[in-house]
Amino acid sequence: MTAVDERAAEAAGPEIGKARRRKEDQRLITGRTRFTDNLSVAGMLHLGMVRSPVAHARIAAVDTSAAKASPGVVAVLTGADLADKQGSLPCAWPITADQKAPNHPAVAVDHVSFAGEIVAVVVARTAREARDAMELVDVDYEGLPVVLDLETAVAGAPYAHPELGTNVSATWVYDSAQAGTGTDVDDEIAKARVDGVVIERTFRQQRLIPAFMEPRSILVDPTGEQLTVWSATQVPHFVRIFLALVLGIPESKIRVIAPDVGGGFGGKLQFTPEEVLTVLAAQHTGKPCKYTETRSESLVSGHHGRDQLQRLTLAATKDGTVTGLKVDLLADMGAYLGLVTSGIPVLGAFMFNSIYKFAGYRFTDTNVFTNKTWTDAYRGAGRPEATFAIERLMDELAAELGRDPIELREQNWIKHEEFPFSTVAGMTYDSGNYEAATARAKELFGYDELRAEQMRRRESGDPVQLGIGVSTFTEMCGLAPSRVLGALNYVGGGWEHASIRVLPTGKVEVVTGTSPHGQGHETAWSQIVADRLGVPFEDVEVLHGDTAISPRGLDTYGSRSLVVGGMAVVKAADKVIEKARTIAAHLLEASVDDLEFAGGRFTVKGTDKGMALGETAFAAFQGHNLPDGFEPCIDADATFDPVDFSFPHGTHLAAIEVDTETGAVTVRKYVCVDDIGNVVNPLIVEGQVHGGLAQGIAQALFEEAVYDENGTLVSGSFVDYLVPSAADLPSFITDRTVSASTTNDLGVKGVGEAGTIASTPAIVNGVLDAIRHLGVQDVVMPCTPLKVWRAIQAASSVTSKGGAA
Amino acid sequence: MTRISVTVDGVEYSDEVENRTLLVQYLREQVGKTGTVIGCDTTNCGACTVLLDGRSIKSCTMLAVQADGHEITTIEGLAQDGVLHPMQAAFHDTHALQCGFCTPGMIMSSIDLLNDNANPTETEIREGLEGNLCRCTGYQNIVKAVQQVAGGSASAGATADASVSTGASS
Repeated sequence: MTAVDERAAEAAGPEIGKARRRKEDQRLITGRTRFTDNLSVAGMLHLGMVRSPVAHARIAAVDTSAAKASPGVVAVLTGADLADKQGSLPCAWPITADQKAPNHPAVAVDHVSFAGEIVAVVVARTAREARDAMELVDVDYEGLPVVLDLETAVAGAPYAHPELGTNVSATWVYDSAQAGTGTDVDDEIAKARVDGVVIERTFRQQRLIPAFMEPRSILVDPTGEQLTVWSATQVPHFVRIFLALVLGIPESKIRVIAPDVGGGFGGKLQFTPEEVLTVLAAQHTGKPCKYTETRSESLVSGHHGRDQLQRLTLAATKDGTVTGLKVDLLADMGAYLGLVTSGIPVLGAFMFNSIYKFAGYRFTDTNVFTNKTWTDAYRGAGRPEATFAIERLMDELAAELGRDPIELREQNWIKHEEFPFSTVAGMTYDSGNYEAATARAKELFGYDELRAEQMRRRESGDPVQLGIGVSTFTEMCGLAPSRVLGALNYVGGGWEHASIRVLPTGKVEVVTGTSPHGQGHETAWSQIVADRLGVPFEDVEVLHGDTAISPRGLDTYGSRSLVVGGMAVVKAADKVIEKARTIAAHLLEASVDDLEFAGGRFTVKGTDKGMALGETAFAAFQGHNLPDGFEPCIDADATFDPVDFSFPHGTHLAAIEVDTETGAVTVRKYVCVDDIGNVVNPLIVEGQVHGGLAQGIAQALFEEAVYDENGTLVSGSFVDYLVPSAADLPSFITDRTVSASTTNDLGVKGVGEAGTIASTPAIVNGVLDAIRHLGVQDVVMPCTPLKVWRAIQAASSVTSKGGAA
Repeated sequence: MTRISVTVDGVEYSDEVENRTLLVQYLREQVGKTGTVIGCDTTNCGACTVLLDGRSIKSCTMLAVQADGHEITTIEGLAQDGVLHPMQAAFHDTHALQCGFCTPGMIMSSIDLLNDNANPTETEIREGLEGNLCRCTGYQNIVKAVQQVAGGSASAGATADASVSTGASS
């Protein structure tokens, strides 16, 4: 078959399932991009943000006179100037009624609470003049004691916000006995202490930085009737609503555009001080204003992720059946609550039990303020933390009992015939087949051969030891059923919106409320609509990311876009077909019930009479001959609210080599078999998995936001914050099993976060499996060569002492 | 201010620049080549990579005045007469980009990598691209794109538009 023949054959089949090359690529590979910083508006001014170098201080004085006199400077705005205009940045998820939160100004007024907080805004004719003048803003800081460590913060003073009189923001509990979804976990633990096994561990989820490649940028044009805001954001619809709510601008007077956006990973799921201040500067000057952060600013002021201390107790019988799981979290909010900061740990509450059948479960989360950059969503958001904890614990239990870690997991996991399965955390898992994914992963991995090699290396005392890391994960995605969000006290809903317009010439415009920034929605939605409406893939144009074009939407995060947004597209397409059917029936002089729709055509059953969808659109456009009273339009809108989450899963296996002499860790082989339900575009899915794996592996081995004792971020540039390069990662072996979701018509589950959620524990379990026999019990992430080497040294000194006794 | 003369994507420019202007700032702000982007301020990410006299450089780490008299190729100058450079075509074909922000620099570095070593091993490709960070792809398909061009199986000659409209898998 020639390439041309192949393409013709492909063109004939359904679009869903095809590895379509992306529509989005053409501009991106030729440099014809519209990232926010690429945009200019005539008369545009540039902003510089003066940021606090200290973590906690009273602002005694701000002298802007020298800055105001600097060449090109138009204005310098301080907290004193904007205090009565800027409002307070919102937290959209107060997890408890008595949650404590400080006022959250965009520009500090009388005190700063973390290093990097904005204290003044310089507005100048050029970005360089703004930067020069920033150096001349003189701020007099009176230092206050800083609190940085979670356990110290919980214990009492000093306080990150003295006015709160505590560092605890809120405590949130899920208890299976109270909820009626299981037994009392304390009973399970007590029983296990008598005649079973109790595993108690404390794990640290280090602080991470999303590190999207495009620094955030905002351009505001105040010169039109609507204020136009371009922002490098994942959530243009959120930004519009919150600009209205926080600044008191009528929502109808605001248009927000997310043009090309260079990655987000949760890091651009935010309503930012910089957005507020760029709007205020544009209003103040009456001129378009642009702000683009530097990478160093991004790392210190864009929200961070993870940062939890996890105190865990797992109870099991001696034969390895898990019975109880108690989770006690301290979660670092940093200095303020952002959009969903406080809810991130709670998203993990339903996932610590994972795929295993625990009888009793209790989850307690204590949210804590410190004088650090505030935390919020980062890829996985709550679920990587949960998955890490349970998958590490399952390996600890296996080690304690001398069992194979996969066999022990299988003993405890939900069997494929048990779906749908109601969990101890109150979720209903839609579908899955952990046996199938694991069997396939073991086969691709060569599990038994690698175990044999591991044994040989152990016996020969090879300086390079081999470890096998296992992670069998599930996650909840498709955020989210609005009623569930309401029950969790989140202020918004979880639905998604779509509109489909069939143009008079038969081309189709799809408007989606999702806001892609690398996920390929233009391609995938085109595939869905091409199949549903029977139009060519090329004839579908997907529009998004501009509140004037897509007025209703809840944007892109939480592996929701396909599961919720894709379903909205399907629902809108179905409405289009029903409207068009009425026109077709009228024109074909047939009953509506006698029409069949397939391949983009209506046909009268049992005849060769028919009409293309595009012809009905043209008939509607003309309006000459329509049924009486029929609105001359076949376009349709749909809003889809999911009935439940979907639960993808997978088995990830990592072969890890540890050089015991240097501590160096090498990922020799990585296999993952994910089950994400039906697949629209396998090429895009694989790309999402690869990228997710890279970020999860980065948490295990490389990345950490490190603060010194004064609260200064010392990993504040890409020199010190180690985003992995191509040379740091292996090629991954990926495959899929398919258990279609039962909670949506497409049968799809999310994939955007799977790789990140699953891979971190696979890697760390592999590192420990390589060196556990040397006496190493744990290595705190990231597992750098230094930490691994020290762990081996510490263990060997203990072992040699122990050996003498 | 200093006057410089440079050729960018085949066009000669003569401009006054502030001495401190970085080459990337000159390209973006004065020449209008916004296809070349800025991802960091420490020469780590490589998003701003361009070719200077055919060799890849990070344009954030060179002053515009240092480029005086030189020839620069940016991502915007790669496709000729509507025909994609084989590396551009390969990035599209192998799904070697997601958000596309690192892509201009990644493509320029990949081209230079093959200029140095026409048949690199996977390890040589990975090490050769160490100066370019990507947060989306995990690099696997970027490596594949470079291998595809090195192996000569790239869809070279595909027209810029056709390569997208016939975007079915090959």
